[in-house]
Amino acid sequence: MSTRNNSVSRGVDWTIVALYAILVSIGILCIFMVEYRTGTNWLQLFLGGKTNYSKQLIFAGVCTLIATFILLADSKLFTAFANLGYAFGILLMLATFVIGKDIKGSKSWIALGGGFNLQPAELCKIFAALALAKYLSMQNMDFTKKRSQLIAIGIVLLPAVLARFQHETGLALVYLSFFIAMYREGLPASILVIGISFGALVVATLIVDPNILAIVLTAIASILIYILRRQIKRNGKVLLVIVATWAICVGIQRFAVPYIFNNVFECYQSQRIYSAVGKDYDCSQNKHNKSEIAAGAKASFKPDDYNVRQSKIAIGSGGFSGRGFLKGTQTRGKYVPEQHTDFIFTSLGEAFGFIGCATFLLIYLFLLIRIVNIAERQRSTFSRVYAYSVASILFFHITVNVCMTIGLFPIIGIALPLISYGGSSLLTFTVLIFILLRLDADRQMVLR
Amino acid sequence: MSVFNQSRSRVVQIIFLLIFTVILIQLINLQIFSAKYKLAAENNAIYRKIIYPDRGIIFDRKKKAMLENTISYDLVVTPVESKGTDTLALCSLLNIDTVEYRRRMREIIFKNTSVKPSIFEALLTQELYAKLYENMYKFPGFNLIDRSVRTYPFNTGAQVLGYIAEVDTGFLRRHKDDGYEMGDYAGMNGLERTYEKVLMGERGIKRFIRDNKSRIQGAYENGMFDTSAVAGRNLYTSVDVEVQQLAEKLLANKIGSAVAINPKTGGIIAMVSSPNYNPNDLTGSARRKNLGRMLLDTARPMFNRAIKGQYPPGSTFKPLGAVIALDEGVITPNYGFPCYGSYNSCGVTVKCEHKNAGHAASLRLALANSCNSYFSQVFRMAIDNPEYHNSTLGYLKWKEYMNKFGMGTTLDVDLPSENKASVPDTAVYNKAYGRNRWNSCTILTLGIGQDKMTATPMQLANMMCIIANKGYYYTPHFVDSIENEEKDDTTYLAKYRRKHVVTHTADTVFRAVHEGMHDVTVYGTAAGIKVPGVEYCAKTGTAQNPHGKNHSLFVCFAPKDNPTIAVAVIVENAGYGATWAGPIGAFIMEKYLNDTIATDRLSEVERISKADLIPGAIKDWYVRKDNQRQAKLAQEAAAAKAELNAEEKKNNTEEEDNNDKLPFNKDKNIEQLEMILPENKKVSPSVPSNKKDSSKKKPINTINALLLTDDKQWSVKKTKA
Repeated sequence: MSTRNNSVSRGVDWTIVALYAILVSIGILCIFMVEYRTGTNWLQLFLGGKTNYSKQLIFAGVCTLIATFILLADSKLFTAFANLGYAFGILLMLATFVIGKDIKGSKSWIALGGGFNLQPAELCKIFAALALAKYLSMQNMDFTKKRSQLIAIGIVLLPAVLARFQHETGLALVYLSFFIAMYREGLPASILVIGISFGALVVATLIVDPNILAIVLTAIASILIYILRRQIKRNGKVLLVIVATWAICVGIQRFAVPYIFNNVFECYQSQRIYSAVGKDYDCSQNKHNKSEIAAGAKASFKPDDYNVRQSKIAIGSGGFSGRGFLKGTQTRGKYVPEQHTDFIFTSLGEAFGFIGCATFLLIYLFLLIRIVNIAERQRSTFSRVYAYSVASILFFHITVNVCMTIGLFPIIGIALPLISYGGSSLLTFTVLIFILLRLDADRQMVLR
Repeated sequence: MSVFNQSRSRVVQIIFLLIFTVILIQLINLQIFSAKYKLAAENNAIYRKIIYPDRGIIFDRKKKAMLENTISYDLVVTPVESKGTDTLALCSLLNIDTVEYRRRMREIIFKNTSVKPSIFEALLTQELYAKLYENMYKFPGFNLIDRSVRTYPFNTGAQVLGYIAEVDTGFLRRHKDDGYEMGDYAGMNGLERTYEKVLMGERGIKRFIRDNKSRIQGAYENGMFDTSAVAGRNLYTSVDVEVQQLAEKLLANKIGSAVAINPKTGGIIAMVSSPNYNPNDLTGSARRKNLGRMLLDTARPMFNRAIKGQYPPGSTFKPLGAVIALDEGVITPNYGFPCYGSYNSCGVTVKCEHKNAGHAASLRLALANSCNSYFSQVFRMAIDNPEYHNSTLGYLKWKEYMNKFGMGTTLDVDLPSENKASVPDTAVYNKAYGRNRWNSCTILTLGIGQDKMTATPMQLANMMCIIANKGYYYTPHFVDSIENEEKDDTTYLAKYRRKHVVTHTADTVFRAVHEGMHDVTVYGTAAGIKVPGVEYCAKTGTAQNPHGKNHSLFVCFAPKDNPTIAVAVIVENAGYGATWAGPIGAFIMEKYLNDTIATDRLSEVERISKADLIPGAIKDWYVRKDNQRQAKLAQEAAAAKAELNAEEKKNNTEEEDNNDKLPFNKDKNIEQLEMILPENKKVSPSVPSNKKDSSKKKPINTINALLLTDDKQWSVKKTKA
């Protein structure tokens, strides 16, 4: 027995395990802060298992069990079943369309019975990470080829598209984080640059008056042409590229962005994006809204940034050193909606202030850097790609969630890893991290 | 191949760092440099609850509480939370319809938003409270909130005590800095208003944490910033509740007023204005109805005649006229005037009640016999005092005396809106007769308390105090002391504790006046009015007035040698002073001095109390008002009956006959009927009481007629069918 234990614990990165434990504990503490009411016997409630924090504790217990199983498992198992798992995950997501259960407006859950629900899109992150790792670690892989790049992107984006159709925009966006992992593996930097430029252009479109933006773009193009006039004389294609880029940019700014906001996004999504940059979105332009009105449904609410406002108030009122444990009025008064799940960061911000937030974020950053370092020490491509995927997913979750609570990003239902209340989310991240630990423990092996 | 991309690991890490830096910068911005969020959080979460203090109690001179605080309940609603309310059940309990319910809700939301609690029904009756309390579970969003209201255990002193009422927007505007809020109660009249600042106390504020739905979560910071309510301070007055009650009883069924003052202190013992009302009518659930009725009442029960009523003093002025003349030195107590039944020196004749020679041989005799001639002459002598060269200046000096005696000026009693009555200025006479074209003869009847001179009952009582005190008075007031008197209170009360010396004549002079007034009670006009065991001084008055029968007046003080009570009584349009006002004044003195009324005199109290002396004009008004009400009731009953009949018919027709036109015709008939009814309404108020019955019957007849025609029509149709 003892030898077996030895082999399990050997090579495991205990720093990550410690960070994991710390974060889960902070999570339970935060949920406790949100749920706590004065005058109630919290110990009794805690043991009673009826409150969210005691449920989360139970989830943590289950996750510890599963983590132990993963550590006990053979790391070859993960490479062997990677593709199969991916296929299974996609099937589950497709099945959701048929047998799915409607929870909070998104039909992305499968009822497991006993009050437990499974969200395949959440689970599919693991499978996608494994499948991407498996694909990129194929022996004759040449990731510089366009074809393999496209296949890799396809693997990643298929669950994202499915998630989008299940109205889980947040989860769909998470799959974009795999681009970081792919970038590490040789995806041209230009894709990231173009992606970021596109994002910048969209934001600029929202903030700046369309005509002014068009003039600015034209000015940039003209200056570029003036600077590169010698090269243009030598090679006419440069001019063509510049003009084409300019045309595309103006096109996006003029037509594509308004089109997307009015026809692709739901009214509330457009509103949230606009409110993140501090503007109001006129819902009457929205196609979905129009059809809703035409169908005789009641008109949507006036644009409201209640969530962000309350969330910012909660964090802002924390000040430098916070209002103290269980003393936050925003938290106690339940002013922040969904505070135990997506807006859990606000309870931390209010109770412990800037010091608490900074410390907390540093723990996260330490975890991410640690995972990247682990990734770099892997001998097998599979492990490395997988590790980068985990780091990317965590990074994306943290960034989007925190940015959304502090008003830097539109509100999207994305959990704060290991902190937010919810079994599915906690389980997913536990599995992601502990598979990584298992792979890392066996880093001397070359996995294919 | 991936080895080539190892440098990208750095890029990834830099991206991580970069984004985290951005987040930290935004956190610094939010948490360290933006103060507004802290404020916003407090505004969100801290609920300041006002703790209302108990209002101060008002005690009488024997430390009996004239009013007390009690708990009443308001039905309060927070409209946003009232979604699931069983509206029908609530409406039936409150006896309103759903239209009214919706109207109130709209009004509440308009006035006080839908998230703040507002009063839906104020001051519930005990019975209604019990019913609502049982059913509260059906009405989410509704709450029963207790509030402190006044009760008056002695049912007395309504006009003196005043009443409290919810502050309105005008009040809030006027008292911006006093910290009133919508829904607060404040003293609106009487002592409640004058001593509002003393009685109101200080409100406490409790801070609670509330959640996003405004539900209380607990005390904020364990009540560290809470302030406790400070109860209002009590007032100790000079009123004697029993005397007050007796005086009110005596003046029942009359229009008039009585004021009793302790001349030694200026403390008011009783102040009655009749008709009055039961102060308990203005608390509790019937408040609004009663207030509306009283404000419309032509006899004006809310009007405090004791300080606002202006009456010609008549003969009761004579002692004062004498004192002025004595103080000016134009006469001595031995001065006599030969009167043979009238005063003829001015061309006009002023009649006197007495004809026998020597009835005005001295001041004492003249007072006892109330000789008009004597006092006309004395008045002329005062006006034409050679010291002042002409009658205008003489009049001005006389007026100055009057004002010093508190006539024609406000005495500054501690009740709001006191009237100064009138001692006319020279300008008035200049305007009426022309400058220097009037003299002591023109204004002769001022000397016997008529002409343009008026006084309030309180001024008359105060005049008696001065005479009783032989030349000084304390400003009449109710409040002797305030509980835990503060500097502000002492400064305010100082004016009631200062002695006003009015005359500088010797005691002997006053003694003549006292003796004369005493003689009035021995063989004069008030000879029939006795106070058992007490020698008192008095003067009756029978004042002519432009409103009909003479006013009955009586002023007195007792005991004669060491006066502790001075009384003025006025009964409007009741004839001789000695008939009604006199006995009332005597009973007030008896009650105060002997602490009880002699048993053999109790029947007399009852007789006076029951005597109905309300002038005919006002009675007519009551009758008219009653008729209107009766007619209205009859009309409503008839309309209801007609509706009921129509409905029954309608049902019948629907059952037996499927003709569509018939119900339509019927509706039309009801419309006609309703058009006819208002005409009756217009007629009925003007019909005198004896025609009341006919007016009642008339609409019913019309209805019957209409229904008959309807029946015929109906039968015709039926045969057709």
